[in-house]
Amino acid sequence: MSGHEFESYFPESGSVDLADRSTSIDETTYAELRELASRYPQPRSALLPMLHLVQSVDGRISPKGIEACAEVLGITTAQVSGVATFYTMYKRRPAGQYHVGVCTTALCAVMGGDVLLDTCTKHLGIGVDETTPDGSISLERIECNAACDFAPVMMVNWEFMDDMTPEKAIALLDDLKAGQEVHSTRGARITSWREAERVIAGFPDGLADEGPSAGEQSLLGLRIAAEKGWTAPGGEPKKRTRAKKPAGEESAK
Amino acid sequence: MTDVLTPVLTKNWADAKSWTLDAYSKTGGYDALRKALTMTPDEVTTEVKDSGLRGRGGAGFPTGMKWSFVPKDNPNPKYLVVNADESEPGTCKDIPLMMATPHTLVEGVIISSYAIGVHTAFIYVRGEVLHVIRRVQQAVQQARDAGYLGTNILGSGFDLEVVVHAGAGAYICGEETALLDSLEGRRGQPRLRPPFPAVAGLYASPTVINNVETIASVPSILANGKDWFGSMGTEKSKGFTLYSLSGHVKNAGQFEAPLGITLRELLELAGGVRDGHELKFFTPGGSSTPILTAEHLDLPLDYEGMAGAGSMLGTKALQIFDDTVSVVRTTLRWIEFYKHESCGKCTPCREGNWWLVQMLTKFEAGKAREGDLEKMLDLCDNMGGKSFCALADGAVACVTSAVKYFRSEFEAGYKTPAWELLPYENSARFSVPATTGAHA
Repeated sequence: MSGHEFESYFPESGSVDLADRSTSIDETTYAELRELASRYPQPRSALLPMLHLVQSVDGRISPKGIEACAEVLGITTAQVSGVATFYTMYKRRPAGQYHVGVCTTALCAVMGGDVLLDTCTKHLGIGVDETTPDGSISLERIECNAACDFAPVMMVNWEFMDDMTPEKAIALLDDLKAGQEVHSTRGARITSWREAERVIAGFPDGLADEGPSAGEQSLLGLRIAAEKGWTAPGGEPKKRTRAKKPAGEESAK
Repeated sequence: MTDVLTPVLTKNWADAKSWTLDAYSKTGGYDALRKALTMTPDEVTTEVKDSGLRGRGGAGFPTGMKWSFVPKDNPNPKYLVVNADESEPGTCKDIPLMMATPHTLVEGVIISSYAIGVHTAFIYVRGEVLHVIRRVQQAVQQARDAGYLGTNILGSGFDLEVVVHAGAGAYICGEETALLDSLEGRRGQPRLRPPFPAVAGLYASPTVINNVETIASVPSILANGKDWFGSMGTEKSKGFTLYSLSGHVKNAGQFEAPLGITLRELLELAGGVRDGHELKFFTPGGSSTPILTAEHLDLPLDYEGMAGAGSMLGTKALQIFDDTVSVVRTTLRWIEFYKHESCGKCTPCREGNWWLVQMLTKFEAGKAREGDLEKMLDLCDNMGGKSFCALADGAVACVTSAVKYFRSEFEAGYKTPAWELLPYENSARFSVPATTGAHA
């Protein structure tokens, strides 16, 4: 970020690692890729989901995965690579079993995101966009994850980890490394990054009913309205279904 | 006179298993669809048009008018695409909506599709929100199983399929034409307009793109009528909307209120700025809307009120920054975001954001030189309004509004690092030990 004079410098760019040809893509994968393509009026619309599926099978965007997508859609590998290298969720190097992100866009950064990222890199002994040697955790500096009222936030396998502190971050990383069951603060129990990618590709895992309907912050206005008897015109005041938290409990320390 | 808060979309968010069809049906879910199906499509469009509903994704374009731009004589299929790619920094309203009551969105999609004459609709959700994707996938499946989707919906003769599509991490795909390219399986890069999507959108067919909150507001309009909707809000900004307060407030969260509420009122409900501190600046609707300060606390947070103050209502994402915050640091971090998210298509945006980050890094480190501020503003002048889409305009708005209100803080960057002027540890939500030179 710093230390470079005005020059073109793209450290995060680079191509797919074509040297690593390992793959687990088989006939089942091909069938699922074709199924995704069949869900759209024009098959190419399925390319983003298909690449998510490739990641769920191979743990990264593999050369074979690119070839498979190209084959199923009848487009070139260059066209598929062009898409795979555009979007940040596609990983060209293997991601960890648990892919951890720390939001450092302006508001989260100011609220403590920078400290959280520093805590994670030090505790894991790896840098951003790196994976621990045992393959368990990879780390990413993420951009705004649409959870700003819970700032500063982190994520694991794209599940929300709200209202984070350095202590909570360390406990989270330790639990993940130890193989303990971890739950998102606003979501399901954490599965693996590959399983998450499969859901994102469009194959549900049946966990939609886990977790709460909303976080406390999401319900703040609703709770105040219930307390004051405020409604939209013609509405009946909504009965409170849960006890209101004492004022200030959610506030900044 | 309406109440201060008017929960409509949020009304059932605290209900047990609020995301399920069972819970949604118990609160009158899909009754609006039944009613809509007794009307003609044009009557539904007229009801939405006359309600005064305007787009909740940022631009505020009248929704019914957008629908009516779809040419009726075009032989191609028509499409509805819901923009659920919520990623504008500060914006966090659509995600909780889809998590808590995804059926509100699905019902809105069906009614809107019926009005426009659409038989295939898409919900383009950003990829980074796994549990939200699960809930929307499940809601669509439940709606299909219940006969609200598929062929001959509720015996009406109307057919509709909805595809839940996850993105893959790109802010630019929230821009409607980039979203369409992405949904066609390409790199998400904006298109030149005209032609507008209403004429040539997805697969070069007539396409309506609406934000989640906009579409989710439709069932309540059908159920309660345009006059009910119009009884909330102001003359030109009608209805209720979600305001999201984040940052240095005592209690951050979502507030559903009639358009036109002021930040002073919202702050009061949120318990005020955190103890011992004062408001320094805020964004009215995400980072791309020019920042405002305490002098704007009493302005109505509606489309006209914000435009009148030289800003925009945007997504109503009110990010609150108190007096501990360095505006230089914050601006740098926003521009780093825009640099990261620029799709690279247009040179002024791709290169301009790159240069802005380097200049702002010097301001932050106290290593800028006399004249750099003018140079930075000149650079902004070469970026604004010179690209296919508004991403660079949003970046420029961050910088120019920050300089407008806090010029001296930038000038301090000729000598003093921002972290010395306003130690960063004071802004964190948790206590950070102050260590020498630590500004991470």
